[in-house]
Amino acid sequence: MWRFLVPIGLFAALVAFFFVSLDRDKETLPSPLIGKPAPTFELPNLEDPSLKVAGSDFAGKPYVLNVWGTWCVGCRQEHETLLEIAKRGEVPIVGLNWKDDRAQAQLWLKELGNPYSVVASDDEGRAAIDWGVYGAPETFLVDAQGKVIYKHIAPMTMEIWEREFVPLLAQAGAQRR
Amino acid sequence: MIIELGHFALILAFCLTLPQAFFGLAGAAYRRPHWMAVASRAVAGQFVFTALSFGCLAYAFFQNDFSVLYVAQNSNSELPTFYRFAAVWGAHEGSLLLWMLVLALWSVAVAALSNNMPQAMTSRVLGVLGLISGGFALFILLTSSPFERLWPAAADGRDLNPLLQDPALAIHPPMLYTGYVGFSVPFAFAVAAMLEGKLDSAWARWVRPWTTVAWLFLTIGIALGSWWAYYELGWGGWWFWDSVENASFMPWLIGTALIHSLAVTEKRGLFKSWTLLLSIAGFALALLGTFLVRSGVIESVHAFASDPGRGLFILVFLAACVGGALGLYAWRAPLFKSNVGFAPVSRESFLLLNNVLLVAATGLILLGTLYPVFLDALNLGKISVGPPYFTVAFLIPMLPLVFLLAPGMHANWKKASFDRKKTLLMMLAAAALVLAVAVFWIAYDLHSVLATVGIAAALWVAFSALVEPIERLRKGHSLSASTLGMCVAHFGLAMFIVGATTVESYKIEADLSLRPGQTAQHAGFDFTMNSLRNVTGPNYDAIESEIVISRDGKQVAVVHPQKRTYRVQTNPMTEAGIDVRWNRDLFVAMGEPLGDGAWSLRLQYKPLIRFIWLGALVIALGGVISVCDRRYRQRVGATAAAPEGAAKTASVS
Repeated sequence: MWRFLVPIGLFAALVAFFFVSLDRDKETLPSPLIGKPAPTFELPNLEDPSLKVAGSDFAGKPYVLNVWGTWCVGCRQEHETLLEIAKRGEVPIVGLNWKDDRAQAQLWLKELGNPYSVVASDDEGRAAIDWGVYGAPETFLVDAQGKVIYKHIAPMTMEIWEREFVPLLAQAGAQRR
Repeated sequence: MIIELGHFALILAFCLTLPQAFFGLAGAAYRRPHWMAVASRAVAGQFVFTALSFGCLAYAFFQNDFSVLYVAQNSNSELPTFYRFAAVWGAHEGSLLLWMLVLALWSVAVAALSNNMPQAMTSRVLGVLGLISGGFALFILLTSSPFERLWPAAADGRDLNPLLQDPALAIHPPMLYTGYVGFSVPFAFAVAAMLEGKLDSAWARWVRPWTTVAWLFLTIGIALGSWWAYYELGWGGWWFWDSVENASFMPWLIGTALIHSLAVTEKRGLFKSWTLLLSIAGFALALLGTFLVRSGVIESVHAFASDPGRGLFILVFLAACVGGALGLYAWRAPLFKSNVGFAPVSRESFLLLNNVLLVAATGLILLGTLYPVFLDALNLGKISVGPPYFTVAFLIPMLPLVFLLAPGMHANWKKASFDRKKTLLMMLAAAALVLAVAVFWIAYDLHSVLATVGIAAALWVAFSALVEPIERLRKGHSLSASTLGMCVAHFGLAMFIVGATTVESYKIEADLSLRPGQTAQHAGFDFTMNSLRNVTGPNYDAIESEIVISRDGKQVAVVHPQKRTYRVQTNPMTEAGIDVRWNRDLFVAMGEPLGDGAWSLRLQYKPLIRFIWLGALVIALGGVISVCDRRYRQRVGATAAAPEGAAKTASVS
């Protein structure tokens, strides 16, 4: 009675397809920016608005761009991790303070510690649009040639840092000539 | 402390699913009444601890305990109390806990209301439900616990997604889940029957009310979702064929097919393996819906909700549940042979066609929903399948279904001659056609052939659904609850079709700009913007306009559409202003400010749109009525003589 085997056969094929697409998900999630030059930006410095922070400041060396705000619960969650990463000194972390209150953001860094080498404040969210940000926190890795090579959505964890970012760091730095 | 208690209660609930599954299945297999008794006790315990766990999470929401990560992410101190409760299922983790609570409720109901079934059957069903509960509890505990702490605590929460801050959407998930999860009961019954190797009309009689109740909750849930989308999303549409909607609609279609196939299995002892397959498919699609929405396989809306780890767990769970059941099916289904036949024109053939068409529609929707996934998996690029495909793919099997419905309702079992009813049915069809042409062409002054055909078919169904109740009433005969329920549900379907066809064919929409003091004409009405003002809600600020609608100088209605900005999540939301009459809606939504006090407005005239949701409610009412039928409450031993032909039951021998 082979016809009674048809349903399970079809179902097995379906599950196999799902399995493949589940595996692909990791590669397909990141933004279309991957492999493209990082969007340029020039924004006021959070600590001192008369100073500017621009993407060109970091030319020639890799950096991490972390999008955060004091209103964002996930950002608070990942803050410890960012401090830990900053302590290792593998790569500078640039903060993009997104649609936030300046005084509150300064207070946050004073109280919880500052993992960022510099923080740009993006009050109007213009730079965030250029970067294709659709929720905080998001973390980008930019290589020495100014190309975005990785994007992580959702809070950073040490596990993700070790697994996804650290292997790419060598590549990001090696491209410096 | 409370939240840890909730976590611990969930762990205990998981622990209790183990004896529930083991003693339920093993007790029935080895015929040990004491073991089987343990299973039903374990169910009660499992329910108590799941409810306690849910209660603890709800308490954390009421107390604004922002040291709980899930609360901090989905609530806010300004959130009104009612929505704080709805926020419990506002995101992934809590909605899974609700899933589990609903499953526990269904299990307890099965345990409590099963005194008309043999103990072994109840016990097996509870055992299978225990396996499902256990899988879900493990899923929550391992991948999606809502009981994680956030330290240091957030000063205030991230607030509930503004889209969900609405009464209809607050009760939409519980309704939908009750339906979704309810399909685990026919699934468990199917597995139990296959384990037992016995499937007779008594079995079908036990499963039918459970299936109908699950299906009617799903009906209400889908209707609520559609109603909400209509007035809240601001576009005035009522169905969008997006993957989340499809995920709920596919189990509904299969559930509808199952209800009809169960009728044949009960009355005639036919379609047995088909009924089993539909029971499995209904639950599989409910699980698949959860998988698609939660895993991010389909268009990941945001990575917070989708997590490959979670997706993998659900996929493995789906493979185990459904794969196991289908394996059992391949092994056991050959046992369930029926040796009665039926004529080519008979109620059986009509119901067979009904099943084929419903399953075809489900298959086409499934294909459209999964096609992008397949292409992506085969490296053929990313595409999305839109409403045009779904509309056509859905209408092709549905049109014949509607036309077959009127004669199908009046066909006899075994062999239908229609001798007496033939003339009546033809007359009703003629009356329906005349009415459709007359009323709709005159009333709406637009001549669409397809719409007229659709409305005529629906009216034919509505008239034929009334024939039997009226005839019985006139002759003073009694009418069984299941027959009445059937007629009411079919009448509701006709209402739905009339509403959907009319609104899609004869709606009038316009986008235009207005500033205070200006008037625009649309669909024979004058829309005057009286004023614009700022409004402050509990957790949002809004701009509200007052629009006076009048016709021939006489005021018809005043509506107050709003554009809201929720303070925490800062995304704008549209609250449409709608004037409701039984035969039409006037819908006004605010678009964008155009400067100088002018706003873009979307004005819509929606004839008979209320019939869509009203029809769905009448369909659900039909389900309620038919569940009340007396024969579902007969006790073991007191079973009336089984209908002829169904008496021969397939057994393992």
